[in-house]
Amino acid sequence: MPDMNLYYRVGAERDLGTPAANGNPANGGADAAPTVNVEIDGRHIGVPEGTSVMRAAALAGASVPKLCATEDLDAFGSCRLCLVAIEGRKGYPASCTTLVEEGMVVHTQTPRLAELRRNVMELYISDHPLDCLTCAANGDCELQDMAGAVGLRTVRYGYDGAHHLDKPKDESALYFSFDPAKCIVCSRCVRACEEQQGTYALTISGRGFDSEVIASQNDAFIDSECVSCGACVKACPTATLIEKSVIEHGQPESAVITTCAYCGVGCSFRAETQGGQLVRMVPNRDGHANHGHACVKGRFAFGYATHRDRITTPLVRDSIDDEWRAVGWDEAIRTAAERLQGIQARHGRKSIGGVTSSRCTNEEVYVVQKFIRAAAGNNNVDTCARVCHSPTGYGLKTTLGESAGTQNFDSVLQSDVIVVIGANPTEAHPVFASAMKRRLRQGAGLIVVDPRAIDLVQSPHVRADHHLQLKPGTNVAVINALAHVVIEEGLEDEAYIRARCDMEAYRIWRAFISEARNSPEATEAATGVPAGQVRAAARLYAEAGNGAIYYGLGVTEHSQGSTMVMGIANLAMATGNLGRPGVGVNPLRGQNNVQGACDMGSFPHELTGYRHLSDQATRKLFEAEWRVALDPEPGYRIPNMFDAAIDGEFKGLYVQGEDFAQSDPDTQHIYAALSAMECVIVQDLFLNETAKFAHVFLPGCSFLEKDGTFTNAERRISPVRKVIAPLSGMDEWEITCRLATAMGYEMRYSHPSEIMDEIARLTPTFRGVSYAKLAELGSIQWPCRDEASAGTPLMHVDQFVRGKGYFAPTPYVPTDERANARYPLLLTTGRVLSQYNVGAQTRRTGAVAYHREDKLEIHPADAQLRGIVDGSWVGLKSRAGETVLRAQVTERVQPGVLYTTFHHPESGANVITTDNSDWATNCPEYKVTAVQAYPVSKPSEWQEMFRRFTAAQQQLSEQALGEAQPSFAPAKLQRDRQVAQA
Amino acid sequence: MTVDAAKLVRMAEQITANMAYTDDVELVAARVADHLNRFWDPRMRQAMAEAANGDADQLSPALQAAVRQLHGVGGGGVP
Repeated sequence: MPDMNLYYRVGAERDLGTPAANGNPANGGADAAPTVNVEIDGRHIGVPEGTSVMRAAALAGASVPKLCATEDLDAFGSCRLCLVAIEGRKGYPASCTTLVEEGMVVHTQTPRLAELRRNVMELYISDHPLDCLTCAANGDCELQDMAGAVGLRTVRYGYDGAHHLDKPKDESALYFSFDPAKCIVCSRCVRACEEQQGTYALTISGRGFDSEVIASQNDAFIDSECVSCGACVKACPTATLIEKSVIEHGQPESAVITTCAYCGVGCSFRAETQGGQLVRMVPNRDGHANHGHACVKGRFAFGYATHRDRITTPLVRDSIDDEWRAVGWDEAIRTAAERLQGIQARHGRKSIGGVTSSRCTNEEVYVVQKFIRAAAGNNNVDTCARVCHSPTGYGLKTTLGESAGTQNFDSVLQSDVIVVIGANPTEAHPVFASAMKRRLRQGAGLIVVDPRAIDLVQSPHVRADHHLQLKPGTNVAVINALAHVVIEEGLEDEAYIRARCDMEAYRIWRAFISEARNSPEATEAATGVPAGQVRAAARLYAEAGNGAIYYGLGVTEHSQGSTMVMGIANLAMATGNLGRPGVGVNPLRGQNNVQGACDMGSFPHELTGYRHLSDQATRKLFEAEWRVALDPEPGYRIPNMFDAAIDGEFKGLYVQGEDFAQSDPDTQHIYAALSAMECVIVQDLFLNETAKFAHVFLPGCSFLEKDGTFTNAERRISPVRKVIAPLSGMDEWEITCRLATAMGYEMRYSHPSEIMDEIARLTPTFRGVSYAKLAELGSIQWPCRDEASAGTPLMHVDQFVRGKGYFAPTPYVPTDERANARYPLLLTTGRVLSQYNVGAQTRRTGAVAYHREDKLEIHPADAQLRGIVDGSWVGLKSRAGETVLRAQVTERVQPGVLYTTFHHPESGANVITTDNSDWATNCPEYKVTAVQAYPVSKPSEWQEMFRRFTAAQQQLSEQALGEAQPSFAPAKLQRDRQVAQA
Repeated sequence: MTVDAAKLVRMAEQITANMAYTDDVELVAARVADHLNRFWDPRMRQAMAEAANGDADQLSPALQAAVRQLHGVGGGGVP
């Protein structure tokens, strides 16, 4: 176990006043800049050229008073508090906007400066409420600090004149309050909204004394363009913009650095607490994925962790028609183990399986796959990444040799053209989208390949050069056409290909891609994208310099998902866009630990680090460590498990934090499969949709209750640290270990760090990864090929992981799911900013106010033809099922295409989706379903059934929960370090 | 052929179609067989092969050839 004092130690966040030279520290430019030597208050310091005097002073240990300056934003020079004296210069320049020069001699404290600063502060305070004692920012207010620092004692101007003290508060935003009476018009909020978030929702209205901060056109925050990312709240030096949770609880007294459990960006946060109460989540300035930025979910939507729906006691029942019975942990584990063993005795060793969760930690995932392979003795283990990014694993492994994105996020800041395919970063990966938008504002080109006009196509200061608005299901035709143009027009990087790729494969691919059927002109009829546009986009990508591709589930969740991933890799290799900063092929992962769940050997055919079970050396390594013989043949994938359940040969399932009954396609098929099993064990925070079909419920932990690690979309392993003790009294990894032990295979660890040590021993790409190293470095991007490695931000730098890059031929095989007379429209799905996946977490936070129901986007032409008006009920029917949604008539979707989200179970979006799947991986084809739409006046039959079933299941849990639920008094913080020290 | 076996055959044909970038049937068959051996549970290979053999004239030539190369399926391949 690492030194837990070190592991949990958190330094105070230091603000050096202005960003590092050359903007973002991640650019690497600062290191390369020549050093400039200056003298500040008698201290000599060398700093990179381009550094501000303010930052140099802070680095030298001199603190210059400031109000409008913060390290997170470019220098602005408005508050006039940071004045300094520079020898040989007239006047008193602002230290934030003055850059260092060689030999400069600076004085930050002189009697004259003190007088000037006091005068400035006096003016500020003459128009500021003097209610410090009852102010929510008391103790965390820079204005208060500066008044103290400059020694302000009197305000000579009185308080009778014109002022802003009567301005009403705006409490409309869900998570923070805006009190203009306390505003000092430093513009930090406005600049944060522009520079960090890139939304431009805030502005300064009026001039001089009338200047004030407004949202949009002087709207209430909730009605404005504000996306509630919280950047303005973090930037505000006063109580003007402040978290409502701080108003309610007061200032936090301690902090823990942890990693967000929402999307695959994996933002680092300071979880700030008061006793055992989480007061707020503040994005960590030193966070390597997010550099101090956050989105509405990670920043504010943590209330689900203590929601009254949380189940904290194990439950068991014999059949799903029985009432749940609350039991102790021993009985629950014993019951689960006996039932699984009983099934194996009756139906064979391979009749049970397990599913790991992309929302759980690497350590938790690892023990579940180990449990299945070693304790249950088969390879029927899969992960929910099956239904999102399994084609990424297959496609990138085949072409490049590693199942992961090639870049770090910061790489985008060096891209010259950005291609976004089937991803909607501003909604689903907002913090990365902000970095991308920053680069786009600096002038990078943008190509969007999406059936829908997503925000990136046109938003403030961002406009796509090309929006290839293809028909759903035609990705491969488009990527082939792009590659065809590259070859036909001689835009390929021949030298790169010759040096780095398998030439025989290239020759075959080149012949294939040059065929006329792959030309933009030939594919236009299928894709709907004008050939000229495809040609222009191909030229832009191939010729701009650094071309970077970012893609999401709009690429993978198709019957040709794997082909498309390979097509993307082919295009990047052909144009030499792999292996340096600013380029690459980058999957944007939907959930926090999709990458990690895949890395941890969750797929039925491979062990950790993507090594196939048939590889004897790898198998022997695990057999020696685990002291058990492993089956060399792959087991069932999730959809195969369900088919086998309906077939009667698969009877027991251990589910870690996944909600198939809502998230997986063809809901009625899933219901039938779950109903057919003898024992379904659900480990989750809530009695979710799948738990309605469960026989054992094992209460899990929210990320706030865990020690472990998540691996984000850039392969970054980041620590997750316990902020509060597990509400259920049991760590999740320990539940799995106890279950294995009860089944006769002993699995014991005293801390998750020991699980990571085991992973590192068994996995070449994790060599040397440890909690001590994570504490030291903050985060590590695998591969870590030796003990000394600090990680690998960029992959495939000198050569591809597989040796020579492999051009895989990518024939366009249209999906069977085609529009026809009966189902003339194509439905595709996605998510919104405020909700996350099936909504299990976000529906239990204030986020419901932003997105109360899933709506069906339909083009005005299709709506009019069918007599559908905005806000009316629409029946939606596919060959799989029927549901009813409320219409939103919009031109965001093209004629013939419908779009909806799947955040609410009663929407039944997946009642419509079919069992079609990716040819290589069985990743479901969520993104294309042929449907008909028509006006209706009542919910569908399925929805009526769903309501009855939900009500019945609620009744079956009421009694057990009434007896067993503890009150949600703040849980006593029981950190392992305390246990360890005892 | 049962419904489930029919689905397995459909999935195998889908794999074959996506690997058929060339007219070389033997090459495609080898790749399809390799894919099925690497990624499919042996029970699925077995069930698919049985269904396929019972209805061989309905299959694409490449899949017919691939079935003969599956591991652990009556007589073919190396386990």
